Amino acid sequence: MNTLTEVAFTPARQREVVDALRAVLPSSSVLFNQEDTRPYECDGLSAYRQLPMVVVLPENETQVAAVLKVCRRLAVQIVPRGAGTGLSGGATPIADGVVLSTARLNKIVRLDPYARTAVVQPGVRNLAISEAAHAHGLYYAPDPSSQIACSIGGNIAENSGGVHCLKYGLTVHNVLRVRMVTIEGEVVELGNEGLDAPGLDLLAVFIGSEGMLGVVTEVTVKLVPKPQAARVIMASFDDVVKGGNAVANVIAAGIIPAGLEMMDKTSSRMVEPFVKAGYDTDAEAILLCESDGTPEEVEEEIAHMSEVLRISGATAIAVSRDEAERLKFWSGRKNAFPAAGRISPDYYCMDGTIPRKHLAKVLLDIAAMEKTYQLRCANVFHAGDGNLHPLILFDANASGEFDRAEKFGAAILELCVEVGGTITGEHGVGIEKINSMCVQFSPEEREAFFGVKRSFDTAFLLNSDKAIPTLHRCAEYGKMHVRAGQLKFADLPRF
Amino acid sequence: MDQKLQAFRETVVAASAAKQPLRIRGNGTKDWYGQALEGDVLDTTAYSGIVAYDPTELVITARAGSTLREIGRVLSEKNQMLAFEPPRFDGLATLGGIVAAGLSGPRRQAVGAVRDFVLGAVLMDGKGDVLNFGGQVMKNVAGYDVSRLLAGSMGTLGLILEVSVKVLPRPVAQHTLQFSLSEAEALRQLNVWGGQPLPISASCWHRGELMVRLSGARAAVDAAIARMGGQTLAYADAYWDALREQTHDFFAETAQGLWRLSLPSVAAAITLPGEQLIEWGGAQRWLKTGADAATIRAAAVQAGGHATLFRGGDKSVGVFHPLQPAVARIHRHLKNTFDPAGIFNRGRMYPDF
Ligand SMILES: Cc1cc2nc3c(=O)[nH]c(=O)nc-3n(C[C@H](O)[C@H](O)[C@H](O)COP(=O)(O)OP(=O)(O)OC[C@H]3O[C@@H](n4cnc5c(N)ncnc54)[C@H](O)[C@@H]3O)c2cc1C
Repeated sequence: MNTLTEVAFTPARQREVVDALRAVLPSSSVLFNQEDTRPYECDGLSAYRQLPMVVVLPENETQVAAVLKVCRRLAVQIVPRGAGTGLSGGATPIADGVVLSTARLNKIVRLDPYARTAVVQPGVRNLAISEAAHAHGLYYAPDPSSQIACSIGGNIAENSGGVHCLKYGLTVHNVLRVRMVTIEGEVVELGNEGLDAPGLDLLAVFIGSEGMLGVVTEVTVKLVPKPQAARVIMASFDDVVKGGNAVANVIAAGIIPAGLEMMDKTSSRMVEPFVKAGYDTDAEAILLCESDGTPEEVEEEIAHMSEVLRISGATAIAVSRDEAERLKFWSGRKNAFPAAGRISPDYYCMDGTIPRKHLAKVLLDIAAMEKTYQLRCANVFHAGDGNLHPLILFDANASGEFDRAEKFGAAILELCVEVGGTITGEHGVGIEKINSMCVQFSPEEREAFFGVKRSFDTAFLLNSDKAIPTLHRCAEYGKMHVRAGQLKFADLPRF
Repeated sequence: MDQKLQAFRETVVAASAAKQPLRIRGNGTKDWYGQALEGDVLDTTAYSGIVAYDPTELVITARAGSTLREIGRVLSEKNQMLAFEPPRFDGLATLGGIVAAGLSGPRRQAVGAVRDFVLGAVLMDGKGDVLNFGGQVMKNVAGYDVSRLLAGSMGTLGLILEVSVKVLPRPVAQHTLQFSLSEAEALRQLNVWGGQPLPISASCWHRGELMVRLSGARAAVDAAIARMGGQTLAYADAYWDALREQTHDFFAETAQGLWRLSLPSVAAAITLPGEQLIEWGGAQRWLKTGADAATIRAAAVQAGGHATLFRGGDKSVGVFHPLQPAVARIHRHLKNTFDPAGIFNRGRMYPDF
């Protein structure tokens, strides 16, 4: 386990900060005793833990602005936190910093079915928006598997996606406007309720910025009409390469499925006993391929997709007959992470994206790494958009396993970069993948990222230990790697 | 380093050292857009060519000087398209230009704008450094999303060298319906339809006529035709092309001032003098008017949006809508990050940077 630092502040400093915060917040909104701050010591990446100096729970935007001004004045780092489901340690506290939780900013401010928009506070859960819109035949499209728990503020920070984002887009495609508070305590609106805003597209750069540019206090999301019908095909393949090719063939046929997911045999064997989704556990790969739209359209598309899958060598094809069966087929995929937790004491979820044409190579290389690192790995894959989630299974209590899991993960990410992909598709860099940023970006590019950060966060106090590694850090990481002789690491501009 | 890149780099480094403005230009199809043109031309057209295109990845990567004619030809061979339907201006518009200007066409209401399709970009900053942002994959949250920030940046942040954009298959079926409706009725109808699962891919209201384009699977289009009623518009492709390229009669005479009002689609009919054409389900309202800028901008703000003096008129009133002070400050910081000497397209977006 990585406990980052024990205690990095003096009681006097804590008292100073707590007093200043209590002057602007009700005292029930300022937590500083260890038993109260303990629940905030980690997010979904529980391998990294750190007790924060203080936790605040503001109840409105004015209080958020007041907190930021206090932190700015006293030069305290702030870590915004939504539901804490993040998988890259983006909400990991900073030892002598403040965690700002949005748990009490959880109201749906307005839902306008005519305009197809909802205005919500950042702590509102992703699924709560769709539930509120349901009566109007509308929903909020991005559907991360964690949607029952994760907050819209966290979704914005990570640009979260879901199994339907190939057709319906990521968070960035479904948010019209963000209100946020800067480190100066100033309220700023990015985007607006039309389709664009004047000037540079600051909303686009803010989405996916991991809580490092401003604290979101209100969001306008787009709602879209619910399709009348949806059906999903479950296809089996006796070879992952064939499965990968089938995905390419579906796209080449001019179809954009509502969802296109793949699981390898390790994954389907892992989830099947748990959810009984009816998966073919002898298949080397299972593809889930969904169509939605009018009933006629779905009929037409399912026939077309089935044909393509058959020609691509599917050994079995089942089409969901009704909504219950559709949800059953999806349940295995949607429960892949919990299932991993069930068969293994710990698991480490990676999030690289690759050009799909390299899928076979990447899966074969990962299989070879299983031997190198002596750990098993199950692969679930947002196949439509090339986003791979290898789940490395390990036991943190077994000596050396955590260390090997981390190295295994880093090696997978390097592989993703090598084939022209990226180290993170939707979970963010956080603290988990910060070293891998040295592999993907040159010093000049990382310097530009710092410039972007400082353009918003002039005091460099917002979640500043995340996502963008310093030159020094990359130099250390480089040395480590050169010593281990694993990586052709070049700290040079990549022309 | 590529010779052409080397030449760009020398020009940029020299301009930065001398604080001499550079005016980035492709084929100049949008010279009329934005504020004044300042500085020596930095011509991108020689830096062209498709770098990578694999239709099954749904991504094309091309150098900034590539024309939309070239890109369109390659994509249509595989039955794919730039779904945001940027204006091609006789096919001469360049990829870099279209990304920098951030212009999207009729299909924007259904699929998104340029920024929604940009996946990655290579940029030369004011120091002459070549920076890679984003990539060639559809999901990518490594580092801040600078490549999308470049969409609509009017070349103020740097020289865009290469862009990767997501592409989509062309729809199997398309059909355009025509309805005679007043402006208010049309706006209402568009918003009601917007809440229903219909395959509407474009819309335009002008002089009492509403055109609605349906795109998608044959069955979906047929079902929508049956449900929505209206008349069939003949020569529909030519109609939508004319809107996309702004060769529609409405755009012919713009000397007095063509304004683009970007509003929430539900905003009530705008009651300013002049002629209007409404696209994007009500979210984009074109207004040809001699009304003064302050009145137009106040009306746009009142309705929840902003107004751009798109073409013609008196640019001294500011082409783009003024920014909130805090937002303007972030703009200046960003400009300073990428272009510290202030050389790229100085004043093209806002007079002060
Ligand atoms: C079982 C499981 C399944 C998952 N499936 C998916 C999936 O399918 N797709 C996907 O994309 N992700 C998935 N995730 C990851 C995670 O749920 C998302 O990243 C989610 O968006 C995080 O939201 P959160 O509210 O939990 O944020 P947190 O974890 O609390 O925080 C995440 C980041 O957001 C920042 N932040 C939070 N609120 C604000 C705010 N108001 N202002 C500024 N910054 C803020 C934090 O500082 C941090 O950097 C999954 C996670 C789990 C545990």
